[in-house]
Amino acid sequence: MTVKNHVLKNVYRDSVALMRLSREMEGLENVAQATAIMGTDNNKELLAQAGLLADSGKSATPNDLIVAFDLTPPGREEAVMTSVQHRLMSGRQGTSGGTSYRPRSMEGALQTLPQANLAMISVPGEHAAREATKALDLGLNVLLFSDNVPLEDEVDLKQQAISRGLLMMGPDCGTAIINGVPLGFANAVPSGRVGLVSASGSGLQQVICLLAESGEGISHALGVGGRDLSDEVNGAMMLEGLRALREDSATEIIVLISKPPAQSARDRVLEAASRCGKPCVISFLGEQEERASRGNIQMEDNLESTALRILKLLGKEPPGWAFLDDKSRKQIESIIASTDPGHRSIRGLYSGGTLCYESLFILRNLGHQAGSGLEREQVGGDLLIDMGDDRYTVGRPHPMIDFRSRCDALVQAAADPEVGVVLLDVILGYGAHPDPAAELAPAILEAQKIARNGGRRLACVVALCGSPDDPQDMDQQQKTLTHAGALVVHSNALAARIASAISRGAAGPLPGGDTRG
Amino acid sequence: MRNTIEEANQAALSNMYDADPVLVDVAPASEVMPQLGEGTLLHAGPPVQWPAMCSPMQGAVVGALRYQGWAGTEEEAAALASGGSVSLQSAHDFSAVGPMTGIFSPSMPVFVVENRTLGNQAYCTINEGLGKVMRFGANDDSVIERLRWIEKTLAPALREAVLRAGGVDLRPLMAQALAMGDEMHQRNVAATSLFFRAIAPHLVRGSSQQASLSEVTDFLVGNDQFFLNLAMAAAKSAMDAAASINGSTLITAMSRNGTNFGIRIGALGNRWFTAPSLMPEGLYFPGFTSDDANPDMGDSAILETLGLGAFAMAGSPAVVGFVGAGTYRDALNYTQEMGEITLGHHPHLSIPNLDYQGVPSGIDLRKVVETGISPAINTGIAHKEAGAGQVGAGIARAPLECFHQALEALVNEMESR
Amino acid sequence: MAEKRDLLGGPPATINVGLEVFADTLQELGFPVVQVDWRPSAGGDHRLTDLLSRLEQSGDSNAEGTN
Repeated sequence: MTVKNHVLKNVYRDSVALMRLSREMEGLENVAQATAIMGTDNNKELLAQAGLLADSGKSATPNDLIVAFDLTPPGREEAVMTSVQHRLMSGRQGTSGGTSYRPRSMEGALQTLPQANLAMISVPGEHAAREATKALDLGLNVLLFSDNVPLEDEVDLKQQAISRGLLMMGPDCGTAIINGVPLGFANAVPSGRVGLVSASGSGLQQVICLLAESGEGISHALGVGGRDLSDEVNGAMMLEGLRALREDSATEIIVLISKPPAQSARDRVLEAASRCGKPCVISFLGEQEERASRGNIQMEDNLESTALRILKLLGKEPPGWAFLDDKSRKQIESIIASTDPGHRSIRGLYSGGTLCYESLFILRNLGHQAGSGLEREQVGGDLLIDMGDDRYTVGRPHPMIDFRSRCDALVQAAADPEVGVVLLDVILGYGAHPDPAAELAPAILEAQKIARNGGRRLACVVALCGSPDDPQDMDQQQKTLTHAGALVVHSNALAARIASAISRGAAGPLPGGDTRG
Repeated sequence: MRNTIEEANQAALSNMYDADPVLVDVAPASEVMPQLGEGTLLHAGPPVQWPAMCSPMQGAVVGALRYQGWAGTEEEAAALASGGSVSLQSAHDFSAVGPMTGIFSPSMPVFVVENRTLGNQAYCTINEGLGKVMRFGANDDSVIERLRWIEKTLAPALREAVLRAGGVDLRPLMAQALAMGDEMHQRNVAATSLFFRAIAPHLVRGSSQQASLSEVTDFLVGNDQFFLNLAMAAAKSAMDAAASINGSTLITAMSRNGTNFGIRIGALGNRWFTAPSLMPEGLYFPGFTSDDANPDMGDSAILETLGLGAFAMAGSPAVVGFVGAGTYRDALNYTQEMGEITLGHHPHLSIPNLDYQGVPSGIDLRKVVETGISPAINTGIAHKEAGAGQVGAGIARAPLECFHQALEALVNEMESR
Repeated sequence: MAEKRDLLGGPPATINVGLEVFADTLQELGFPVVQVDWRPSAGGDHRLTDLLSRLEQSGDSNAEGTN
């Protein structure tokens, strides 16, 4: 044991700083035990008890810093003191930042961001209602991304929100854009004159993307969750959204989107819309009703016609995305010519639930006996599956983020000799997969190869739902998919009609070519 | 929707925040606590009897029995205590708090702090300084001798000075010390200096004990932690003002007896909810390690109950070095984290570098259970063997089990109304 | 009850509870957002969350009784 004391005259450091220094010194080579401490009588006694007080240390005053250490084996005294001096004089190294506090509660978060006005909640469904209630209690608007929330909780949450004058978007609301801020799965679309309220996330994305491609932007896009227009919820939040857009000066045209609503919800929404004082385009998807105009309200039954109607109201020319170019048309004719009519069933593999739903009713309107995976009734050869449905997402991410299950299903479909057309959607935007084409293209190539090996030809039709400004680079996505042999269009309805044409062996009724409409 | 809980908590918080603690006297414990009579000692934390006491607390009991003259030797004292003929009671039940072992005996002088707003009083012993001291369980002759000097010399001098000063206002003094970097649990150097500045003129002027004045002033300037006990009494006077309010989920006391940690909540008055004390995490004095440490101990957690100590770390970054990276950011994080379990911010105790926002103050039982965030407590670490004294300092957490028990009891109580 | 916070008046300031990718997007685009380090209430202990709800209810019903 070689005890050394160095007395630094009139050098003061806080006792906590010195205790830390002591611990650091004990990590130095040859140092068996070490203490840095101010030279008060009590401290000197402590040093003595620990066997670390040398004669030189005994003379220290309370204003002096004693650096005491035991060198085993002896030597390196100078090196130790150099290190100590360095640590004493240079402050704490590399720790100036430290990690910021991550609040554990919304109340804690409000202390960091006092101006917060929205809580975006995507916790597991069983906890969702509790968190949403807390947010509403704090005066926050809510976007509830979580699904598996009981219907009675949804009714209750929306009533709470209304009584507080707040918006409660969701549950199961995947998309909203407010003043240009994308929330959840949303696209980079320009600011503009169109305000939307939608009970369908992918339906909303399809419409705003088609508008963006035609250079039209939106004021706000509010999601309300797929059950808002059910009997129980009775359009509670669509009415609130409508009210908010009516009062919003940036919004000139109001668009409402939903699957077919319950009767009473339908009546309430139409009644409120008729009195809102702004042109309204209402899209109740697949309602078997004539497209009609009543006062300020225009009814539409699919997403494409909804986008077209909006553009018409804004005085825009018919957009390019509504038509097929000659090259695509020729490709379709060539596929039809080389496909055996016995092998032309359609298999749809969707990530957007509403896009799946839209395709299904478009096919049925065109005379297909199309079934859906959801209904589990396979009435004819054509089958469309919403792979974002809970049944297919247990234990794995949504198919907009993770393409593995769709790629597997695509390859399986290729092995089915009945299947002649595969319908796919690819949704771009924030929150979605950063490069979907890179995932899908190899599977498309493999599927076509499998079909060829079976002596068949497989058509892959892709509805690419995205905005030119989306982070994925829409042009590049289209090129990659086209290069892999897919037929890529931007309107989901058009994709469904192409699939139908191939399946029925007649390209005639498709828009484009010389007919242009 | 406001309900009875919110209303009760607002009432409790007002009492707590409006408390105006003033040091009004320094008096023998038996004089201000008449129930503390012959054969009775008070200890820190929730009630604990001799067999369950940790070694340092037993050591302090032995020392107090000798100091009091109820036993001549250590053996006699131990026999007396283990034989059950000494009444051992929780100091909290006497509006009193003591650091570490927190032993009170009738002859010990105590600070008398009065909450001028509601008139309630709270008491704390006088800090003995560092080294071999009873609060860490030391009980040899030097300890007894110092306690006698405190009783015979220091306390009368302080009493004269306090009375001559007409009391010492603690609230502004504590606010100023916080602004000077003390969180008043680990660090009291500013508060002690301010206190000395406030009391010195009155000590000197017309003192009847000129001869001992130099001893008294040496003692006061030789102990950076002198103010700790005053801060504790001030905090106790504020928390007692907020105690026993029907329906309130405010935590009104947190304390440890070295074996168990206990809490009280507003709605359930003097009931304790206890769980085993946890081990602090921290830094050790030369020659000691965590193997030497006693579990968390003392009534000083009354400071965190008010919003000082670990809750005020953002205003006292020097103290955060005890754990983790020890950066200013870490200090800030402690204060922000504690802000998630408190009902408000103390209007009189503010932190300059947080733009004078008050310390997070008023722990809510519900928030602790809901978030799972356990109150952090800055603490000295005692050696687990009696008499060895302090071995380090660090940060402890309150065991969540206490809060779970309290919640269950509160629900039963509310539902049975 | 807290003051209600108007949503459509300007770009929202968001508290994100759950999937961090949503907060990352907002952060990258420069919009104000705070991520909550969320854990299930009371650590997912159903006995405790049940007690917390019962406490809230008994507080409310006692208030009604006294009004």
